[in-house]
Amino acid sequence: MGQRTSRLALALVFLLAAAQAWAAEPVKIGMVTTLSTKAGYLGEDIRDGFKLAIDQEGGKLGGIAVDLMVEDDGRKPGKGKQIAERFMKKNKVKILTGIVFSNVAMAVVPKVVREDVVYLSANAAPSKLAGSGCHENYFSVSYQNDNIDEVVGQYVTETGHKSVYLLAPNYPAGKDHLAGFKRYYKGRIAGEVYTKLGQSDYAAEIAALRAARPSAVFFFLPGGMGINFLKQYAQAGLSKQIPVYGPAFSFDERILKAVGAAALGVRNGSQWTHDLDNPANAQFVAAYKKAYDRMPTLYASQGYDTARLIGSALKSIKGDLTDMAAFKAAVKAAEFDSVRGNFSFGVNQHPIQDLYIREVIRSGDGFTNKTVKKVFSNHVDAYAGKCRM
Amino acid sequence: MILILEQLLNGLQLGVTLFLMSAGLTLVFGIMQVINLAHGSFYMIGAYVGATVAAQTGSFVLGLLAALPAAGLAGMAVEVLIFRRLYDRDHLDQVLATFGLIMFFNEMTRIIWGRQPLFMDVPVFLSGSVELLPGLIYPVFRLAVIAVGLAVALFLWLMFAKTRVGMQIRAGAANRTMVAALGVNIRLLYTWVFGLGALLAGLAGVMAGPILAVESGMGESILILTFVVIVIGGIGSVRGALAGALLVGLVDTLGRAFLPGIFRLIFNSAQADAAAASLASMSIYILMAAILVWKPRGLFPAHT
Repeated sequence: MGQRTSRLALALVFLLAAAQAWAAEPVKIGMVTTLSTKAGYLGEDIRDGFKLAIDQEGGKLGGIAVDLMVEDDGRKPGKGKQIAERFMKKNKVKILTGIVFSNVAMAVVPKVVREDVVYLSANAAPSKLAGSGCHENYFSVSYQNDNIDEVVGQYVTETGHKSVYLLAPNYPAGKDHLAGFKRYYKGRIAGEVYTKLGQSDYAAEIAALRAARPSAVFFFLPGGMGINFLKQYAQAGLSKQIPVYGPAFSFDERILKAVGAAALGVRNGSQWTHDLDNPANAQFVAAYKKAYDRMPTLYASQGYDTARLIGSALKSIKGDLTDMAAFKAAVKAAEFDSVRGNFSFGVNQHPIQDLYIREVIRSGDGFTNKTVKKVFSNHVDAYAGKCRM
Repeated sequence: MILILEQLLNGLQLGVTLFLMSAGLTLVFGIMQVINLAHGSFYMIGAYVGATVAAQTGSFVLGLLAALPAAGLAGMAVEVLIFRRLYDRDHLDQVLATFGLIMFFNEMTRIIWGRQPLFMDVPVFLSGSVELLPGLIYPVFRLAVIAVGLAVALFLWLMFAKTRVGMQIRAGAANRTMVAALGVNIRLLYTWVFGLGALLAGLAGVMAGPILAVESGMGESILILTFVVIVIGGIGSVRGALAGALLVGLVDTLGRAFLPGIFRLIFNSAQADAAAASLASMSIYILMAAILVWKPRGLFPAHT
């Protein structure tokens, strides 16, 4: 072989080796989520649901090897931004996900999408990013925040409650969630009370509620606040007199364990329950219980769906992320079996899906939710019209 | 009218809980001149131990009886191990040390009990509501909290007025150097006072358990209110703690209950709601500022 030929052969060998190594390099996915603080279990569930999908395929999603990196944002917007930047700059990650809280999302997402990185939300989906703030690099796989309240507003109207008393903490998410409820509730608002964020004792508010004599109560009190309110509400003897409604955020299995019997019978709105009757969901719930020895919450289902969606997109582009436009198109096509059954993306890349009302019931020695009614089919969020993509 | 009575009872119940917390804190601050930010942690320990024992045995009373010595012993351990080194130090050092204790205790509860809130049931013999007046329905358990608080106030009064130890504590609050010079075992007295304060905080915690969620960090919010109480009542004075606690409990509850309504009558706009909600949470601090302007050392200061 002449010198030129052997050099050519060498170059070819190196090129092939490089291409081989590069193709075999797993796709990096960065997860910024909340693993500490009292709300840490939300991030844990998203992570565990996501990981379940990867483990089921032996370290792959859609047949492509993936490398999931998880970091804790501690519920702090600043820290979330730092972690996202590190993922993008140091680890050259092209796919980010995982944020639990809307205030962290508002700090991280606008920055991320400008860097040609795709963000898929497994939980937080604030209205600002669904309407005029929408972006082709931003997808929400869970819902749009208001959806969960809208479905309750619709159901409360349908059930014929003439007046409703509203309760939420005095911060932007509190106001948003009550606005979502009011968008679909057509009756009279008997009272709209904003409590202090982190308040523990609701005796004063419950007394005022009792005096106002509403026909129902709708509240958005996430985490410990909701636990306190429900327990005190039951102790005041009101559980049987004035029915309580809320979004699923206050009725996941871990909160129910802390509240106990005080939450029995409460109807809440969600896009998912463990008893939804489709094959994807049945195998998900069984696999999750086997892997983690607990019932999945809606956060786990969201993590799982996000992973499987990414898998379907990776499969269709064969793991080659050099063409991000093709990846985004594949994501938007949403060709995967969601545990929610019906799932597709709207123009603002938020889900168009069915929404349900479920009721808290006893289950074994714990509590869980049982689907009562499908209230919305193929529900589009209220901000899609404002999105100009 | 019924609503006002119900809110008064709510205010009284909050006041009594605050008294249990502030009685110990004001004595520690007054006698030992130490700022103890970790006082809320004893409240939390009482709640956690009470909840765990109550869940294991099925009896609230046993939980209560277990929580009191647990909190008291935790208090005495903290005093012996940590506070003895802090008496001669700057207030800032004490703040830093006890702030570190808060984080230590919060993390410890997370390690031992996990991150999820604990569930504590109202005991069956105290569950349900009772009709005090026609139309005035009030939970029995909250009445029990009021009763326990007033009983503790009575017990503390008897102890301070009638017993030798009480007399030594009162003297220590007034002038501790003289008390030490008179031959009282001041070290043992300190440990005892600290343990008593922690025990009362633990009692507040276990009584609050069935009403509120038992979770890591639950002591912080009540600690802030407690500091406001002892500043209003006068440092070192248990009588001041009682007066301050009842005042703060009533103002906070009535403010939260009625300010929004009053604002809506006067202003009649959506902004009134936000303003009223903010003003209601500020009300006790405005009260504290007003009282300090009138009486800079609090309502019933112990003389030092």
